[in-house]
Amino acid sequence: MPKDDGRRTHQVETQHMGESTAGLLRELVAHLRENRSQLRQEWARRITQAQLLTAMSQEEIFAEATSVYDNYVAVLETGSVEAMQAYARDLSERIIPRGVETHEVVGIVLLLRDVLARSLFAKYQADFALLNRILDAYEPAANRIANTVAVGFVQERERIIRQQQEAIRELSTPVLQVRERLLILPIIGVIDSQRARQLTEQLLRGIRANRAKVVVIDITGVPSVDSTVANHLVQTVEASRLMGATVIVTGLSSEIAQTLVTIGVDLGKMNTVGDLQGGIEEAERLLGYKVTLEMPENADTHLPAS
Amino acid sequence: MRVPILKQGNYLIATIQSALTDEDLLQLRDELTDRVGKFRSRGVIVDVTALDIMDSFATQTLRALAHMIRLRGAETVIVGVQPEVAFTMVQLGLTLEGISTALDLEEGLAQLNLKTRGVEARERRG
Repeated sequence: MPKDDGRRTHQVETQHMGESTAGLLRELVAHLRENRSQLRQEWARRITQAQLLTAMSQEEIFAEATSVYDNYVAVLETGSVEAMQAYARDLSERIIPRGVETHEVVGIVLLLRDVLARSLFAKYQADFALLNRILDAYEPAANRIANTVAVGFVQERERIIRQQQEAIRELSTPVLQVRERLLILPIIGVIDSQRARQLTEQLLRGIRANRAKVVVIDITGVPSVDSTVANHLVQTVEASRLMGATVIVTGLSSEIAQTLVTIGVDLGKMNTVGDLQGGIEEAERLLGYKVTLEMPENADTHLPAS
Repeated sequence: MRVPILKQGNYLIATIQSALTDEDLLQLRDELTDRVGKFRSRGVIVDVTALDIMDSFATQTLRALAHMIRLRGAETVIVGVQPEVAFTMVQLGLTLEGISTALDLEEGLAQLNLKTRGVEARERRG
């Protein structure tokens, strides 16, 4: 491309469209660079006015605004959004933990778009045809930037959510051995289909690995039981039985017991005991353990008050 | 592929070694019910450790097998259901209801010993 094509574009109407856009953008970038500090300040003012990014201090907003502004201009200049993508990811990583919402991030980028567009209106208001062409070049690029930033932010957020889900899932289903051939599976939190599936798989693997004969499933930490959850439980019990293990379910509160009876879940096949202690005692009995309390000589004084 | 049936004291042990066709399963069922009478066995163990699939026909045949053997006066224990198999079976609603299961051969034998204790004691008394 010849060097001074850009300057000629708004004089020669028949210029090739691609070249003309590039030239206009170059002019645009020059304008934005020239008015950098003033536009940047205007943008920061609008952000504060719109009460966006309230989780950040004025200085931080100004510092971020400067980086976003420079990146923005760089994208307009080079036409490549890659640097912007990387920056958006980095920015999201920093501000998501501080509680910045999606609408705020999208909001500030749209504000910048607006601020810049207004300054273009102000500059080219005398030449309406030229303003139109400038906007034709500016709008698609600006839209692409807004899109990039929003997508980057949402992607980062989704990545965090996935990561956390994974962590919760791993934490929430421990299979513990309390005695030779006796496992405990304490369930805490809501059981959905996916979790029930994972829970069952983990339990079955645990049964094989520990050669378990009795399993105590404690659902004290399950807030509510509906027919779906109950069916998941029945399935877990059945699957364990297929592997030769007996399952005892404990921790059914009176509310849960009432719900189950009301909705008519068939728990006849399930072995239930009131609390975890009772469950473990029952399991020990099934396994043939006999736990005896060894009485010290002066038993009266040392017995725990119970 | 035919399933070898071993006689071990009062018990018969059938270890399935690879995936079976429907005919193989039926043959296993017939042979086991036949031999329970022939050897006057007290218990039967069917070892399915090597199976990584249990479809509805296999489940149904095993259930029929257990019931037929009970009618012939012996107990059946299915041993070695793999975790994945157990999970899939439950999802498909195939639960081998009313049939004893155990983790492995050792467990199965222990269970049969428990179940047939009374019978043997009576036999000893004559």
